[in-house]
Amino acid sequence: MDLRFTPEEVAFRDQMRTFFRENIPADIRNRLGSGRHVNKEEWVESQRIMNRHGYAVPHWPVEYGGRGWSPIQLYIYNEEMMSENCPTPLPFNTHMVGPVIAAFGTEAQKAQYLPRIANIDDWWCQGFSEPGAGSDLASLKTKAVREGEEWVINGQKTWTTLGQWADWIFVLARTNPEARKPQEGISFILVDMKTPGVTVRPIQLIDGDYEVNEVWFDDVRVPYGNLVGTENRGWDCAKFLLGNERSNIARIGASKARLRRIREIARSVPAGDGALWDSEAFRHKVAAVEIELKALEMTQLRVVAAERDHGNKPNPASSILKIKGSEIQQATTELALQMAGPFALAYHDSNEEIPEGRNDLPDGFGWADTAAPEYFNYRKVSIYGGSNEIQRNIIAKAVLGF
Amino acid sequence: MDFEYSDEQRMLKDSIDRLIGPAYDDLGKRKATQAQGPGFSEELWSKYAELGLTALPFSEEDGGFGGGPVETMVVMEAIGRGLALEPYLASIVIAGNLLRLGGTAGQREACIPKIADGSLRVAFAHVERQARYDLFDVGTHAKKTDHGYTIEGDKSVVLSGDSAQKLIVSARTSSASRRDHHGITLFLVDADAPGISRRDFPTQDGQRGAAISFAGVDVPESAIVGTLDHGGELIAHVIDIAIAAVCSEAVGAMTSLHALTLDYLKTRKQFGVPIGSFQVLQHKAVDMFTALEQARSMTYFAAMMATSDDPRERRRALSAAKVQINNSAKFVGETAVQLHGGIGVTMEYRAGHYFKRLTMIQSLFGDTDHHMRIVDHAGGMLETV
Ligand SMILES: Cc1cc2nc3c(=O)[nH]c(=O)nc-3n(C[C@H](O)[C@H](O)[C@H](O)COP(=O)(O)OP(=O)(O)OC[C@H]3O[C@@H](n4cnc5c(N)ncnc54)[C@H](O)[C@@H]3O)c2cc1C
Repeated sequence: MDLRFTPEEVAFRDQMRTFFRENIPADIRNRLGSGRHVNKEEWVESQRIMNRHGYAVPHWPVEYGGRGWSPIQLYIYNEEMMSENCPTPLPFNTHMVGPVIAAFGTEAQKAQYLPRIANIDDWWCQGFSEPGAGSDLASLKTKAVREGEEWVINGQKTWTTLGQWADWIFVLARTNPEARKPQEGISFILVDMKTPGVTVRPIQLIDGDYEVNEVWFDDVRVPYGNLVGTENRGWDCAKFLLGNERSNIARIGASKARLRRIREIARSVPAGDGALWDSEAFRHKVAAVEIELKALEMTQLRVVAAERDHGNKPNPASSILKIKGSEIQQATTELALQMAGPFALAYHDSNEEIPEGRNDLPDGFGWADTAAPEYFNYRKVSIYGGSNEIQRNIIAKAVLGF
Repeated sequence: MDFEYSDEQRMLKDSIDRLIGPAYDDLGKRKATQAQGPGFSEELWSKYAELGLTALPFSEEDGGFGGGPVETMVVMEAIGRGLALEPYLASIVIAGNLLRLGGTAGQREACIPKIADGSLRVAFAHVERQARYDLFDVGTHAKKTDHGYTIEGDKSVVLSGDSAQKLIVSARTSSASRRDHHGITLFLVDADAPGISRRDFPTQDGQRGAAISFAGVDVPESAIVGTLDHGGELIAHVIDIAIAAVCSEAVGAMTSLHALTLDYLKTRKQFGVPIGSFQVLQHKAVDMFTALEQARSMTYFAAMMATSDDPRERRRALSAAKVQINNSAKFVGETAVQLHGGIGVTMEYRAGHYFKRLTMIQSLFGDTDHHMRIVDHAGGMLETV
C-alpha cells in the first residue's frame, strides 16, 4: 500500500494545474471562486478552450475524443479543474447525453451529435423529473406516441437545470403504457427545444437566481430517429447515465477551493480587536470540515484505485461519496455564511457586477454578498441526483443487505 | 407558574392572526408588497396601529398600553408565522424600547404618540463594519460643540433604516478605546438631517435595510437619548429585549414551517404512497418538533428574563436563549427544505421563505459562537434562576 501519487501522477497533476491556470480566463475563475455565477457565453468559452486542447471529454471512448486516461488521471483532472475554480464542462453534455449516445446510439447519431456535444455547439438539458415523478422517477407520465416516422410527445418536465439556455433536451418518455413494470415502457428521446409545442418557464430559486425550469410538451413532433437505444428500453440509458457520475460527484476540489478562500478571508474579517481567524471556535469548525474532507478524499481515491484495478465493478465505498460530498459542500457554505455574519444580510443581484472599490462602502464586504445565496442554493445538493434519503435506501439495500 | 396566555393575550393573538394571515398568505401578493413603497404594506401598518400594536410597549402615561415581553412575544410570533414584512422589530421593539427606557420627557411626548398612531417610524443606527456582534464597538463619534454635538461615522445594516423618518444613532462621546462599553451616547435625529446619507438595500429575507453615513451631523444637547456616556447599558438592555422578540418570531416561523412540512409529508406521494409513510421522514418530522418545542420553552425563558434588572443575569439568559433558537432554527429550516425536495428550494413556495428568514435570524444580534462565549464566560447555566 502506498497512498502517494507516483511521480508520473504528480507530473500529470502539475500539467493539469498549469493548463487550467494558463488557459481558462482569470476573470471567469475569479468570479466562480467568489461564489458568483458564470453566464452562458463564459461557460461555453471555457468548455471550448478545454475541447481545443482535448480536455473537455477525456473520459469518453477514445474514438469519440476520449484520452484513454486512467481513473486516477481522470480524478486528478477533475479535482484540479474544480480546485482552480474552472466551470466544469457542462455535465448534461459531457457526462450524460454524450456517454449515453456513445454507448447506445447509432453510428449516424454518434457522428451527428458527439462532436457538437463535446464542443458545446449545442447546449443540452436533462428532461427526467416531473412534478409527480421525483425520487420515484419511473412513475413518469410524459408520453411519446409513434405516428409514422415521428414521435408525438405530450407532458411536463420540471427542475430542468438551465433549460432556459438549452438548444436540446433529452427526455425520458413513456412509450408503452401497458408494460408490466413502470421501468419497462420508457424510451430515451432527443428533442430540439425549438420544436413547436415546447414551452419553457424559469423557476426562481431561493438564492434569487434562475437555474431550473418547467418544460411543457404539447403535441411536440420529432423524428422517430431521435430515439436513442431500443424503444421501451430507455431505463437502461437512464441507469447508465445516473451511474456514470462516480468520479466527480463528491466535488472535493470545489470544497477545497471554498475552504482555502475561507481561511484567507477570515484573517481579514474584523472581530473584536483582531480578526475572526483569531477565534479558536471558528478555526476548529474549519478544521473539522477539512478533516472530513480529507477522509472523503481518501475514500474517493480508494474508489478510483479499485476502478483502475478491477474495472467498473461497483465498490461499496463509492455509495457514500454522494452523501458525504454533499454534506461537506453544504458545510463549507455554512462556514462562509458564519464568516459573513451580519453582513450576509444585504441582498445583491448575483448577476450584477460588483464595482471596483465596493469594499469601501459601509454596508459590508464585497465577498459577503454571495455567502447567503450560496448557502441557500447548496441545499439542492442533498436533493438532486438522487436525494440523500434515496442514497441511504440504496446503501441499506445494496451494501448492507437489508 | 403559568404558561397559558390570559384571555386578553389570546384575543390579541387572534386579532393579529386575522390581520397578518390574509395579507401574506399569497406569495404573489407578498412579492408585490415588497416591490412597492417602503417594501412593506403601509396600509397594514396603520391597521397595526388601529389594533394598538404600535403602542404596545409604551407606558400608559406616554399614550401606550404598558405591554410587556409576553405581549411582544404574541405579536412577534404572529409576524413569524405570517412572514409579515412590517418593521415591527426595528421600529417598535428596538427604537420604541430605546425611547421608552431612555427618552426624555420631551422626546417621548414628541415621538410616542406618532409612533403609536403609525405615522412615525424610527430605526436604530448602531452596527458598524468592524463591530461584528460586539455591542460596544462604536467608532462613530460625536464631538462636543458650542450648541450640542457633531456626529461623524458610518453605520451598516441598519434594519428598516431605509424608510424610517427618525434615527437613533450611537456615537462615542468619550473614552479612548473604540470598544469600551463606557463612553457611548445615543442621539435622536431626523433621518433627513443635513449630513446624513442613506444607501438602502433589500435583505436576503425580503425585508429592507440601509447603510447610513453621518458626515458632520449637528445635533442639540436635547437629542441625547438616555444618559451621556452611558448609552452602552441602554443598548445592552434593549438588544436583550430584541433577542427575546426574534426568538418569538423564530418560534412563529418554525411553527408554520413544521405544520407546512407535516402537511406536505401527508399529501405528497412517491412510490404510490404518501412520503410521510417512510419512517425515516417521520423521525425527521419528530426531531423538528422536538427542536421547535425546545425553542418555544427557551423563548418563554427569554421573555421572562428580558425584564430582569440584573444585567448580567439577563445577558446570560438571553444569550442562552439565542443559542437554542439558532440551533433549532437551523435544524428546522434545513430539514423542512430537505423533506420538501425540489419545491423546498424555490421562491414559489412558502417553505423557502421561512427558511431564509430563520437563517437570517441566526446571525441577528449575535450568532451561536458569540452567545456561547457569553454563556461560557458567565459560568454556564446551572446557577441561573
Ligand atoms: C436545483 C435542482 C436541479 C435539478 N435539476 C434537474 C435536471 O436538470 N433534470 C431533472 O430531470 N431533474 C432535476 N432535478 C430534480 C431532482 O432530481 C429531484 O428534485 C429529486 O429527484 C427529488 O425529487 P422531488 O423534488 O420530487 O422530491 P420528492 O421525491 O417528492 O422527495 C421529497 C422528500 O421525500 C424523500 N423521499 C422520497 N422517497 C423516499 C423514500 N422512498 N424513502 C425515504 N425518503 C424518501 C426525499 O428524499 C425528499 O426528502 C433538480 C432538482 C433541483 C433541486
